[in-house]
Amino acid sequence: MTTHSEDLYQQVILEHNKRPRNFVELSPCSHEAEGYNPLCGDHLHVYLRVSDSGVIEEAAFHGDGCAISKASGSMMTVALKGKTVAEAKALFEEFRKLVTKELDPASPEQHLGKLTVFSGIWKYPSRVKCAILAWHTMNGALDQKKTVSTE
Amino acid sequence: MPVLDIDKIRGDFPNLATRGRDDKPIIYFDNAATTFKPCQVISSTHSHYCHRTANIHRGVHYLSEEATAEYESSREKVRAFLGARNTFEIIFTKGSTESINLVAASYGRKFIKSGDEIIISEMEHHSNIVPWQLLREETGCVLKVIPFDDNGELILEEYRKLLSPRTKLVSVVHVSNSLGTVNPVKEIIRLAHAAGALALVDAAQSVSHAPIDVGDLDCDFLVFSGHKLYGPTGVGVLYAKEKLLESMPPYQSGGDMILSVTFEKTIFNRLPYKFEAGTPNIAGVIALGEAISYVNSLDAGALIAYKKDLLAHGHKVLSQVPGLRMIGMAKEKAPIFSFVIDGIHAHDIGTLVDREGVAIRTGHHCTQPVMKHFGIPGTARASLAFYNTKEELDIFAAALKKSIKIFHE
Repeated sequence: MTTHSEDLYQQVILEHNKRPRNFVELSPCSHEAEGYNPLCGDHLHVYLRVSDSGVIEEAAFHGDGCAISKASGSMMTVALKGKTVAEAKALFEEFRKLVTKELDPASPEQHLGKLTVFSGIWKYPSRVKCAILAWHTMNGALDQKKTVSTE
Repeated sequence: MPVLDIDKIRGDFPNLATRGRDDKPIIYFDNAATTFKPCQVISSTHSHYCHRTANIHRGVHYLSEEATAEYESSREKVRAFLGARNTFEIIFTKGSTESINLVAASYGRKFIKSGDEIIISEMEHHSNIVPWQLLREETGCVLKVIPFDDNGELILEEYRKLLSPRTKLVSVVHVSNSLGTVNPVKEIIRLAHAAGALALVDAAQSVSHAPIDVGDLDCDFLVFSGHKLYGPTGVGVLYAKEKLLESMPPYQSGGDMILSVTFEKTIFNRLPYKFEAGTPNIAGVIALGEAISYVNSLDAGALIAYKKDLLAHGHKVLSQVPGLRMIGMAKEKAPIFSFVIDGIHAHDIGTLVDREGVAIRTGHHCTQPVMKHFGIPGTARASLAFYNTKEELDIFAAALKKSIKIFHE
């Protein structure tokens, strides 16, 4: 395949797609939301267990989606564990800026770590929603929204 | 039988020369969404705006008379193309969707009452589902659905059971955009009439598939869009029988659809103008006429044979792609290939083959009930036109195999 394609379907994304981490219906959980992309039918649930002190102890997701949305959900849940709610929201904002090319992945200011593998996705505008679905859903869960739609 | 000169035909469609990502030649397999336009259509639009810009049916000046004549000659071309009896039975709309909405809003509101039944099918595009649901909310009518089997063929036995003296309208798709199935609409219409119901044919996909004869079909309404027939977007057609159009109230109101207006009373214009309020898509209608002339210039029998060949070749090469499952295996099919691949989401397939220059559509194709039937979120769909080739299908199959390797290695 071409270099562009490798940009999008990097090994780490393909690997998370094949073996998604934290791919379970977490129960009990303190926060939960359902995310839906009506255009493509991607459908995810995000579950969080937040401690009384506001730390995300467990994060999980489950559902149907393409490789991009699944890998994004998998890597997000890994990144969220141990973060405070405020840190999770800040990371969501950074990720959103990353996939819309508002944030330079080389910037020393960001806290995205491995999540920068999604930096090339702005070249595929129709796929940005796939990458950000799990994040929107997580943010909705923190805001106590039951359902989140990308439209 | 005359053979098509595919190279010459391809030369008529400048968009086929566009390069895609990484400068690869575009292989356009998204014809069910919209077709490319031949030079004749493109230059018609250009020429209209360069030399014939005027409003129609109003001016006494030269340009207006010329534009009116061209607009009305397009209507005559559509009439002949569909085999309609009268030119005034051709109403210009902005597309199939608006045509169906016109029937639902005008015929439906006046004649469909609480408890009356409308029959559609499980393979309808959302545009032939939602207008009837809105009508159901307004009138209290009942919506019934003809199921299809796992090959994607309508189950006519079930259709017969749905028909009753309460059936007022049967509205079905001729060629399914997501399955490729060619439905036996003539038989469906015959059965509808025998039950005392009217029949609407959604010809959005079939109009480019094979010649249509509304006289032979005996349908009461037929709709299609210009842009799926090598014409421009924003123009479409409603054909309806004269007596129905006469009995139906206007759908939209304003200029051109009236004979006289006073503050006490308005007298509506005669057909077809009663249904064409406001300034229409003049350049679009004229260009649609050019598209029909273009299609008419090709041998219809040769076109059908060529597309059959594409269909057979597509099934052959795609069946060799590991893990590929074809969705829609009707005996009568247009060259539309809808499929899923084990372990790869349709969107990923779409993005991966796009890298190889192949444009396909992925998702539910505005037919969510079809996806529900098969228990899948969506399919990848390659839909071909007469300017596509077997070589393009070979490149597509190779691109799919390459994608699978990337995902499974």
